[in-house]
Amino acid sequence: MTHVVTANCQACRFTDCVTVCPVACFHGDEERLYIDPDVCVDCSACIPACPVGAIKEEFDLSGDEEEWIQINAEKASDLPVIRSKQPPLPTADARRSELGLN
Amino acid sequence: MTATSARKVAVIGSGPSGFYASEALLEAGAEVDLIERLPTPFGLVRFGVAPDHPKLKSVCQNFTQIAGHERFAFFGNVTLGRDVTVDELRGFYDAVVIASGSSTDRKLGVPGEDLRGSWSATEFVSWYNGHPDFRGRTFDLSCDAAVILGHGNVAIDVCRILSKSVDELRQTDICAHALEALAESRIRDVHLVGRRGPAQAKWTAKELREIGMLSEADVVLGESDLALGATCEAELADLRGVAAAQSFKILRTFEGRQRERAKAIHLHFNLSPRAIEGAGHVERAVFDRCSLSGGAFSQVAEPTGETVSLTAGAVFRSVGYKGVATDGVPFDGRSGTIPHQRGRVMDGAAPAPGLYVAGWIKRGPSGVIGVNRACSLETVESMLADFADRPSQAPGRAALRSSLAARGVRPVDFTSWSRIDAAEVAAGAALGKPREKFTSVDTMLATAFGGVETVSQPCCA
Repeated sequence: MTHVVTANCQACRFTDCVTVCPVACFHGDEERLYIDPDVCVDCSACIPACPVGAIKEEFDLSGDEEEWIQINAEKASDLPVIRSKQPPLPTADARRSELGLN
Repeated sequence: MTATSARKVAVIGSGPSGFYASEALLEAGAEVDLIERLPTPFGLVRFGVAPDHPKLKSVCQNFTQIAGHERFAFFGNVTLGRDVTVDELRGFYDAVVIASGSSTDRKLGVPGEDLRGSWSATEFVSWYNGHPDFRGRTFDLSCDAAVILGHGNVAIDVCRILSKSVDELRQTDICAHALEALAESRIRDVHLVGRRGPAQAKWTAKELREIGMLSEADVVLGESDLALGATCEAELADLRGVAAAQSFKILRTFEGRQRERAKAIHLHFNLSPRAIEGAGHVERAVFDRCSLSGGAFSQVAEPTGETVSLTAGAVFRSVGYKGVATDGVPFDGRSGTIPHQRGRVMDGAAPAPGLYVAGWIKRGPSGVIGVNRACSLETVESMLADFADRPSQAPGRAALRSSLAARGVRPVDFTSWSRIDAAEVAAGAALGKPREKFTSVDTMLATAFGGVETVSQPCCA
């Protein structure tokens, strides 16, 4: 079991999640964040912290979201840890509206 | 910031918020002394997190890493108010952060609350997790049924510990004395009772799902328990209701389950405690059946006039924790928290200079471990803004050390704690468990200072 960052993070990258992670399991590139499944302790603190509901428990993924398990694991291992809140991407607010989550 | 001008900060309490405040302060170049009443660090991670949730406890490795920083020192076995006062600390340090958590429980305020057989979940959790203050408690588990009041994660923890087999618990770091008592438990029916409905429960989806997957107990729901009104539906459809919606989905999977195993967990909604009754000992809990009224996210439970009684020989009240006041620090007795603005302690309308607060004692007892990180980050941000470019004026660690020495207090540093840690792990290994906690402060201190590697019967010491 782990938690994964799914599609909604793309073009948002709000990074609120990293401030509540007790174990520094978030990694990121220019576009989005990923969770390292070997470090995540399944505390779920990040789920309500995400303004666009991008983070899910592995258990709650729908069939077409399951690809994110592997993407998170692979990307996290190559990218730097993100521990501090960063400014969201310039497209974040537009993306949030598009998702109907304002 | 150079080493010579490093700010000196004392943090009170070594639970998650204390460690996360320390981490942020160390990153900002400060020198941090973490003061703890017990000889052991980690607060509720050690004494609150359930023994069968070992993954969560791995955050202790992060805390240990923080403690390894060259500008950090641990002062365990130092009691605020007795060994050193807040006012003294304010003189020794540039700033003091109170991160003492919420150490007591909220009262229900109903008749019979203090009957024999009625306990707070806090007492029970602290006891099975080996908190020295609760080692002497006894819990009579010889009845058939227990009622747990509250629909949060602590209530679910208690429910799980009562519903698991002793063989399942044996491999965890649950204390030997608790394992012995649980082996004698005759409780077969656990009633988990909430005042409001399934859409307002405070547990996390993960904890709820777990009680549906136990090897010895079935979850049982009443027939119309999951009927929702329009306002509840609206809550679950809202982004603020994401967690509740997730948990509701899991509740749906419990519907129609039959009792097939030896034990059952009965979920009850919309029942507000009215009294705990019995002749000298708990025999039943009586509730007002309620319905919800009010707008989305502010619905309240109103009695319908019907009363419901559940037969039980044990009641665990899990209706929240409450902070206790610290001498020399403003306190709001009603909320059980220290008044603050973004972590600055407020003395009336003005900030108390050099005094800060973080964690549950700041914002109240809600939120999992990681939420305290964001909370502590906010506090440290306020503090750093207050420091501005003013150099450190404080003597810091040396002043605390000499003051403690003058009073004959011997603090436990992190190396001494490592001796306790190693001895507990060794004692656990002998029993096939990850750790057997020491439950007496004397044993902890003897191990910390004596360099003893193993102690034969730590729990009986």
